[in-house]
Amino acid sequence: MADDNKDFEPILVGFFCNWCTSTAADLAGTTRLQYPPNIRPIRTMCSGSVDPIYILRALLSGADGIIIGGCNPGDCHYVSGNYKARRRIAGLKTILDTLGLENDRVWLKWISAAEGQKFAVTMRDFTEKIKELGPSPFRKNWSV
Amino acid sequence: MEQSGKDKRIGVFVCHCGLNVAQSVDVEKVVQEISSYPGVVHAEHYQYMCSEPGQELIRKAIKDHNLNAVINANCSPSLHEKTFRGLVQAEGLNPYHQEVANIREHCSWPHANDRQTATRKAIAIIKATIDRLKLNMALTPAVINLNKKVLVIGGGVAGMQAALRIANGGYEVVLVESSPSIGGHAAQLSGTFPTLDRPACLVAPMMAEVAAHPRIRLYAYADIEEVSGYVGNFAVKIRAKATCVDETKCTNCGRCFEVCPVAVPSEFDRGLSDRKAIYRPFAQAVPFRPVIDVLSCAHFSDDGCSACEQVCSENAISYDQKDTVIEEELGAIVVATGYDLITRGIAPEYSDDPDIIDGMQLERLLSPTGPTGGVVKRPSDGKVPKEVVFIQCVGSRDQEHGKSYCSRVCCLYVAKQSLLYKRSIPEGQAYVFYMDIRSDVKGTEEFVQNVVEKGRTMYLRGRVSKVFRDGDKLKVWGVDTLTGKSIEIAADMVVLATAMVPRTDAKDLARVLNIIADQNGFFTEAHLKLRPVDTLTSGIYLAGTAQWPKDIPDTIASASGAASRILSLFSREELLHDPAIAYVDEELCVGCGQCVSICAYKAITLDEKQKLASVNEAICEGCGACAATCPSKAMKHKNWTPKQFFNIVDVFTKEYE
Repeated sequence: MADDNKDFEPILVGFFCNWCTSTAADLAGTTRLQYPPNIRPIRTMCSGSVDPIYILRALLSGADGIIIGGCNPGDCHYVSGNYKARRRIAGLKTILDTLGLENDRVWLKWISAAEGQKFAVTMRDFTEKIKELGPSPFRKNWSV
Repeated sequence: MEQSGKDKRIGVFVCHCGLNVAQSVDVEKVVQEISSYPGVVHAEHYQYMCSEPGQELIRKAIKDHNLNAVINANCSPSLHEKTFRGLVQAEGLNPYHQEVANIREHCSWPHANDRQTATRKAIAIIKATIDRLKLNMALTPAVINLNKKVLVIGGGVAGMQAALRIANGGYEVVLVESSPSIGGHAAQLSGTFPTLDRPACLVAPMMAEVAAHPRIRLYAYADIEEVSGYVGNFAVKIRAKATCVDETKCTNCGRCFEVCPVAVPSEFDRGLSDRKAIYRPFAQAVPFRPVIDVLSCAHFSDDGCSACEQVCSENAISYDQKDTVIEEELGAIVVATGYDLITRGIAPEYSDDPDIIDGMQLERLLSPTGPTGGVVKRPSDGKVPKEVVFIQCVGSRDQEHGKSYCSRVCCLYVAKQSLLYKRSIPEGQAYVFYMDIRSDVKGTEEFVQNVVEKGRTMYLRGRVSKVFRDGDKLKVWGVDTLTGKSIEIAADMVVLATAMVPRTDAKDLARVLNIIADQNGFFTEAHLKLRPVDTLTSGIYLAGTAQWPKDIPDTIASASGAASRILSLFSREELLHDPAIAYVDEELCVGCGQCVSICAYKAITLDEKQKLASVNEAICEGCGACAATCPSKAMKHKNWTPKQFFNIVDVFTKEYE
C-alpha cells in the first residue's frame, strides 16, 4: 500500500487552540523548525469549541486527516475545554468506523505553547501516518 | 444577526516582512491570485505593512477603494492583530471586520525550502481567512460596571500587604481571616532569615495598621461562603463565626481564661502549650478579643458548664450567639490563604515521639513569646537539648511519599534556627542533614555559608534512614554521602523541616472562586512569567504562598503585585469586555440546559419557565464550548460560527480539486 502512496500528498486540516497549540505552531515557525506543508491550520479559541461537525464536514469534503491540538490536561486556558474536546473526539471516533474511515485519520494532541518542537514533530508524524493510510475513501469515491 | 457576506468590500494586504515572508512565499503571485477572489476589491503587497508607510498604504486603500473589511496577511495575530484592528477602527471600520492571515509563523518559516508549496499554502490560508471574514459580525465591546472595592481572603503577611497597599491607594478593602486573629504564620516565627528581624518588627506594625485603617473592614474568625458574579461585580457572602462574646461589653480582663476548665492544644504554639476553650490566640492578637471555641467548650457538651459566664462581671458571654452572614459587593478579589505544613504521617521512619518536632514548633520554642520564653527546652521533659538534629526536605522533593516540589524556605530557616539555637544554648551542637542547600534569595547564600563556617553547625550531606527512641536519647541513623560514612547521632531533639502545602480547603475555595488549583492544591496563575499574580478568572489575583512556597520577600512582592494590578484595574471608570462571545438564537433554543452545565464560567442561565438559555455578556470568556455542545445549534459563538468554520474547511479541502 505504501508504494501506491509514494506521490500522495494528503489534505490535512488542523484545529489548533489559540492559547497553546496555535502558539506552539507560532513558536515552531519562529525557531524555523521545518515540517511537511500539508497541514492547513485553523485557529480556534479552544479545542473545546471544535464541534465534531466541523471535522465531519472536512472529512466528507475529502480531507485525508484531521488533527485537533489543545492545551495539556489541567492547563486549559478555559479551565476544562480540552477535556470537553477529549470526550467529543472519543465520541466521534466511535462513528468513524461506520463511515468506513480509519480511526487514525483523526488525531487529538496536547501541545502547549512552549512545545514548538513537539508541534513540528507531531505534524511530521501525522503527515507520515496519513500517507501510510492513503487517500481518504471519500476522496477516492468522488474522483470518478 | 448572521451575515451574508455579500456586503463586504475586502482589501487584502500582503506583507513581505522584509524577506521573512517574501523569501519563501511569492508575494506577487499571491496578490495576483487573491485580487480576483470573490469579495476582494483590492489586494497589494508591501515590504513592512506594520511600519508607518505600510499603515498609511492601508489607510489610503480603505479610502480609495471604499473598503469596509481588511485582511492582513503577515505574522501571527498575537503580534499585530491589535495594531491593525486599531488602524481600521481609526478609519471608521468596525475592528472585528479585520482578520489576520498568518502566513509567516504558520507558512513561510516552517516551509522555507519549498517556495512553490509555501506560496500555495499562503494563498489557501488567505482565501480561508477571506471566506471567514465575510461572515464576521460588527461587534462592540460590552461596557460593564466597576465596583471599586476589594475582597482580600487571608490575613497573613500577603493578605495584610495587599489590603494595605490597596487601601492606601484609596480604595475600600474587606479583609476576611478564618482564624480569630490576623498575622498568619509570620506572627509565630522567632526571627527571619537572613536579617534575624523579630516578627514583632515586621508583622506587628502591619497588624496594627490594618486594625486602624479607615478603609479596611476586618472580618476575623470568618469564612467565605459564596462568591458569584464577575470582574467589577462580585457578590460575596461571608460567614462571621459566632465568638459567643459580646465585643461591645468585653473589657479583655482575662478572668474567663483563668476559670475555664477546658484545655486544648494551642494552635498558635503548635500544640506545645495549652489554651482554654475561651481564649485569645496570642498576646498581640488583632482583633484583641476573646472567642469561645464552641467545638471544645464544655457549655456546648453535656455538662453545660458556664464558668466564664459566671465570672464575667460585664455579662459579655453570650452562648446563644449565632453565626452571621454578611453580604458584600465588590470589584476584585485577592486570594492570600497561605500554607500549612505537611502532616508528620508522611515520614513513618521518624517515629511519633514528642521530641521529634517540626520547624514551626521550634520557631515557638525559640520565640521570646513562646511557651518556654525563648529558651529551647524539649517537649518531653523540659530538658535543654544539647544535641539537636535538623532533617531537611521532609515531605518535599520526595515524589514517593510527599511532594515532588521544593519548599524553598527550609534550607534558609534551618540555617537561621541552628544559629538561633546556638545563641540560646551556646554549648549545644546542631547537625543538619541536607540534600542540597538552596539559597537563591538576596543575601542568603552568604548567610548560610556564615552559619556553616562560623556557626559551628555541622552540615551533613545525606538522608536520615531512621529516628527512634533509645532511653533518654533519640537515635538518628543517617549517612554522610560526602565521606561515604554512615552516621549515628544520639540526639536530644530532632527537628523536621516539613514541606509547605496549601491549606486543606484550598480546592474547595478554588471551586467557590472558579479559579484553578494545581495537582498539589496551589492556586494557578494565568501565566507563570507574564501574568504571575493574575488568575484566569478576571478580577481575581493571587498573593503569597497560596500560589507556591515563598519566603517573606517574595510574598510581599507578589502581594504588592496583586495590589498594583487592582489599582491599575481601578484606574478606569468602567470595564470593556471582548464581544466575541456566545449568544443565543432564541428561535432555536429548546432550553435543554446542556450549555449551562458545560460552561466553565457559570455564564449561562436557563429560564426554566420560558425554556430559554441566556448568556451573561460580562462573564462569558468566549471559549465556544457551549456552541460546540448545543444540540439545536441555538448557541452561537460570535465570529466563530459553524458557517465560518465550514467556509474555512471548504477552502482547504477544495484546494486540490
